Amino acid sequence: MTFLAEILIAALLLISGFFGLVGSFGLVKLPDPMTRLHAPTKATTLGVGGVLIASMIYWFVFGEKFSFHELMITLFLFLTAPIVAHFLAKAWLHRNASPRDLPATGRDVGWAGQEGTEAEKARREGEA
Amino acid sequence: MIDVAIYITFACFGLALLLNLWQLATAKGVGDRVLALDTMVINSIALLILYGISAGTAVYFEASMLFAMVGFVSTVAYCKFMLRGDIIE
Repeated sequence: MTFLAEILIAALLLISGFFGLVGSFGLVKLPDPMTRLHAPTKATTLGVGGVLIASMIYWFVFGEKFSFHELMITLFLFLTAPIVAHFLAKAWLHRNASPRDLPATGRDVGWAGQEGTEAEKARREGEA
Repeated sequence: MIDVAIYITFACFGLALLLNLWQLATAKGVGDRVLALDTMVINSIALLILYGISAGTAVYFEASMLFAMVGFVSTVAYCKFMLRGDIIE
């Protein structure tokens, strides 16, 4: 039982280390900002998730108590990772993309973060 | 066996932190730097929990929880600043 748990913990740790490394390598390697956003938000969260599960099994088997801290951290990270990614994408759109390059929203309101810019006004006048 | 695995994972996340630092120093845009900083926070959380396993104490869970919260709030504040030029309006 203990030996099996050791194998499981070691495997989880190695997998999560690999994923963390891949995520950070992708952050350096990938060519443009929106693909760079993809690498760490998925792979690194998976990496941290692996470490947390390994820690949970470790404390359950060797510390003989069940700890909920890891679940809390996992839940927090899984909740905040998409929010951060969305915010970063929105900030990138706001700073780098012109409303001319974006597809039409099909409503009265334009893209979020683009209201009030000169290009957005020009697009509206062009439509009207 | 767990000791060896922990050391290898330490090396992986340490290398990942170095790559993030490189990206933080050389990235072109502000958004990339904020992303690199956010990834650094997540990698440091993994390192903290690993150190907690290897040292055999449960103290580092609180530290990593606080780290996760501060990292999230600071990233959101940076993004808000990039979007609006102000954090609390």
